[in-house]
Amino acid sequence: MAKRKGKKVSQAIEARREALRRRDMRVKEQERQARRIRPLVTPEGAALNLRVATASERAGAFLLDFSILVITFIAFSWLVAIVFSEMGFRGWQIAGSIAAVVVFLLRVFYFTFFEVGRKAATPGKRALGLRVAARNGGRLTANAVLARNFMRELEVFLPLTLLVMGSEDAVGAWIRLLALVWAATFVLFPLFNSEKLRVGDLIAGTMVIHAPRVKLKKDITSAEPLATAGNHTFTHEELDAYGIHELHVLEDVLRQSTPEIKAKVADRIRNKISREASPTSDDLAFLEAYYAALRARLEQRMLFGDRKADKFDTR
Amino acid sequence: MNDRVMKSYRFREEREADWQALDRIVTRAEKRGVKRLSDEDMLALPRLYRQAVSSLSMARSISLDQNLLAYLETLCARAYFFVYGTRASMGARIAQYFRRDWPDAVSRAVLPTLLAALCLFGGGLLAFILTWQDPEWFWTFNSGWDSRNPDAGYDYLRSTLYTEETNIADMLGAFAAQLFSHNSTIAITAFALGFCLGIPTTVLLVYNGLSIGSFMAVFFSKNLGAELTGWLFIHGVTELFAIVLAGTAGFMIGGAVAFPGKRTRMQSLRDTGNQAALVIMGAVIMLFLAALLEGFGRQLINSDMTRYAIAIGTLIFWLAYFYWPRRMDEAE
Repeated sequence: MAKRKGKKVSQAIEARREALRRRDMRVKEQERQARRIRPLVTPEGAALNLRVATASERAGAFLLDFSILVITFIAFSWLVAIVFSEMGFRGWQIAGSIAAVVVFLLRVFYFTFFEVGRKAATPGKRALGLRVAARNGGRLTANAVLARNFMRELEVFLPLTLLVMGSEDAVGAWIRLLALVWAATFVLFPLFNSEKLRVGDLIAGTMVIHAPRVKLKKDITSAEPLATAGNHTFTHEELDAYGIHELHVLEDVLRQSTPEIKAKVADRIRNKISREASPTSDDLAFLEAYYAALRARLEQRMLFGDRKADKFDTR
Repeated sequence: MNDRVMKSYRFREEREADWQALDRIVTRAEKRGVKRLSDEDMLALPRLYRQAVSSLSMARSISLDQNLLAYLETLCARAYFFVYGTRASMGARIAQYFRRDWPDAVSRAVLPTLLAALCLFGGGLLAFILTWQDPEWFWTFNSGWDSRNPDAGYDYLRSTLYTEETNIADMLGAFAAQLFSHNSTIAITAFALGFCLGIPTTVLLVYNGLSIGSFMAVFFSKNLGAELTGWLFIHGVTELFAIVLAGTAGFMIGGAVAFPGKRTRMQSLRDTGNQAALVIMGAVIMLFLAALLEGFGRQLINSDMTRYAIAIGTLIFWLAYFYWPRRMDEAE
């Protein structure tokens, strides 16, 4: 009997350890995310939290833009080829020349054109919710956009040329290798600074931020079944079982998960606060009522300067 | 406990309509431009913006609704970029660039320009003298693929300078080839590598000068000097000027890194980088014009006199455009 109890205790200790380990990981992740934030104080004195785009987001945006460039180019040359191919060899020559001019124009002006525009982002950046901003929080000038995009020549097109270029002999191969190392320094440059700046960003004084459009959804506490949830009341002890982190998780669950997950979460909460599932009420109503009560409680505590970060935060 | 009295809920209920109104205005402005906003929108914008910003700081301290906070964060950021962003239309900006920004940026950078010119023409002169005295030097500065080398005869060299029959396809081809030529690559790289204290820029400019100088020496030694000068400088004035300006931009950036003065290196790099971008943008435009001159002008015009006239004309035009003193408007 005693032995079995001991086993149960050790299991509980194990579970607690696991939970604390997970919490540590979560806190570390939060710190990592917080390092991406660059506060910008507006002239009104309010602080905006701008989020620096990650290297992978920027690489994704660039690949999108690059694909758009290539597709545009192919479509255009195809069109020109059709128009001029009537003229035989001469026509092909003209088509080739026009295509070359188009490559030049696209390469020089595509990025600049879109980034000077109102959204300060190329289509690829827009798709990933990125935009270019001045690093000092001021205006993003056309000069800055020009500067950052001319450096792209060095960071992207030069390495590309080097890759395509053939080498005749051993010396040529060595020179090519050195050149590739040199070019790689620029390509990988964003990975080695906290603001993920390209060399072009460095010179232009810009940075790329992640500012996707967010839709304002309905406040959960105003949802319809609340009328039937009126019969759910919770004591302070029951509400103090969780903290802000759990509240946010619950918000996510309510906003976007399936009924099965909602049922599971409802069970866990009932378990935690030792309540029996009443046969008359459904899980959704219970969760919404608990969410509303928990938020009210936590917001009230927050107003008194007491942020309960998560369920481990007992004071 | 009655949920309806929750502070954060009442807070949201009172302001939500204004946030949505701001969202609508900013979205419309982003999509279709400031000019499409109605007068009421323009009047309402500052008030709505300030209200959203203060809502945001308030919401941070009273609300725990993640979605609401994220919405306000991005709404305020978008509105901020719009309210404090640039207002000028694309057309006005381009006009200002040609009217003021470009010549202004070039004329401010006289020293780097002289330095770049010294590198390019110094290299050219050096190669010219060396090749003039001993044609074997040509092979030091150029690789073997060009048929216009010291071994070529007078008639062949002369035939490369004039075009007997012209057609649009050849001209277009020459124009396009010029865009991707060696020179435009050198110009852009000279700028881009400037931040390594300008050393690669120097090397590139001198190297480019060397190949031009040795090339000219070949023609001069065959008594084709005057003809070549016309052939080269009808577009060369514009093109070489563009390369010098690209080098200038490179040297500006190199100088900003090497001698930041009282500012931090980053700050100095940023300030100069923006000026240098104006210069290099201009250099690209000049390269484009040079390509037009080379592709069409040189093929159509076979008279030496006209070629010289165009060369001198463009030189005077560029010098006057960049360095002629002009009245500066204070307006932004």
